[in-house]
Amino acid sequence: MRMNNFLASRWGIISVGAIIGLLAAVLQKLGNPGNMGICVACFERDIAGALGLHRAEAVQYLRPEILGFVLGAFLAALLFREFKPRAGSAPIVRFILGAFAMIGALVFLGCPWRAMLRLAGGDLTAVLGIAGLVFGVWVGTLFLKNGYTLGRAQATSKTAGAIMPFMALGLLLFLFIYPQIQGEGVSGVLFYSVKGPGSMHASLLVSLAIGLVVGGMAQQSRFCTMGALRDLVLFGQTHLLGGVIALVLFAFLANLVFGQFNLGFTGQPVAHTMHFWNFAGMTLAGLAFSLAGGCPGRQLFLSGEGDGDAAVFVIGMVAGAAFAHNFGLASSAAGIGPLGAAAVGTGLVVCLLIGWGMRAKGI
Amino acid sequence: MNSTIDARGLSCPQPVILVMGKIKEQASGAIEILVDTDTARENVSRAAKSKGWKVDRTEQDGAGYRIVILKE
Repeated sequence: MRMNNFLASRWGIISVGAIIGLLAAVLQKLGNPGNMGICVACFERDIAGALGLHRAEAVQYLRPEILGFVLGAFLAALLFREFKPRAGSAPIVRFILGAFAMIGALVFLGCPWRAMLRLAGGDLTAVLGIAGLVFGVWVGTLFLKNGYTLGRAQATSKTAGAIMPFMALGLLLFLFIYPQIQGEGVSGVLFYSVKGPGSMHASLLVSLAIGLVVGGMAQQSRFCTMGALRDLVLFGQTHLLGGVIALVLFAFLANLVFGQFNLGFTGQPVAHTMHFWNFAGMTLAGLAFSLAGGCPGRQLFLSGEGDGDAAVFVIGMVAGAAFAHNFGLASSAAGIGPLGAAAVGTGLVVCLLIGWGMRAKGI
Repeated sequence: MNSTIDARGLSCPQPVILVMGKIKEQASGAIEILVDTDTARENVSRAAKSKGWKVDRTEQDGAGYRIVILKE
């Protein structure tokens, strides 16, 4: 047992947040879309597109950052003897929470990480999204206070715990076997975007390297954007919040240096100005993350350290992205999709029913 | 009065909620907490310290940890 894990200390988590903020700005500088140096929801949506689970041509790319997050967390967990295969805590509920979390995030156009990065890039529409996120997390804490639980996970075999890391490795091999061909939308089994956000990316090796570094550090520090808000509301604790504030601050400073800061409500990259739906989409996402126990980044890192339930949440998010683009639920720069409002309403009802229904005394 | 909390298999933030609940009921003495992940071990220890409890010892217990917190 290691008692001197610096990254899990107060200054550790602040350092990790600062480094993530800096690296996100660098990734944008090197080609990733605007205020989207890192976005777990957007990138998983792009992965769903690359695999043909949806066919929105502007958002198809097997983002190496996400694969790096899982593999980096896996390697760090192995190195520090924290790889603990476990599963069996209401997986179907976690799948549904993942799907609706993604749908909510795609109505806003970003996960909590991107909400912070949008703010750090001067996108003031993000303020409504962050307010929605806080509200959704707060609603989640009400359920937590009233005995909400998804039940206990059980220890399982190393094979089960390694499925997600090996899936990430397999997808990474796809990227090397079927590399992008200039101007072509297909390469072997993978789809690529010729234009739109999916066509904008840093080089594979840089994205992968940064993904691995962030994955390892985030696994060790337990960095979690949703947890930061939840712990503040529920316990008055600011430990995780330090990391999130550092992320925003350092991404902001790096954006200033790189000339990527553009203050305003309009003309922001991959964002819309329907303020109510920015708020409502992130309320849904925040509630779903809160009920599932982690933001989408944290779920990836947990899946890397052997948590099969977090892995199911991630797969739920990828499925949610496919639904979102196949059924017109996702927003675009023009505003929400034709069925976006209906999906947010449905998602909120489902999450409230889950929060209310899954209570247990004396677990 | 001494008591035990079994938080094994529970995901964030439930181990901390259980400990905070027990601390409210029990003003002093010892509380033994069983957890199965390093994250839960760190979170529980941090929460106990924030409430003025002392982490007396943390031991390996099977695949998880046994934490004992104390308050005079």
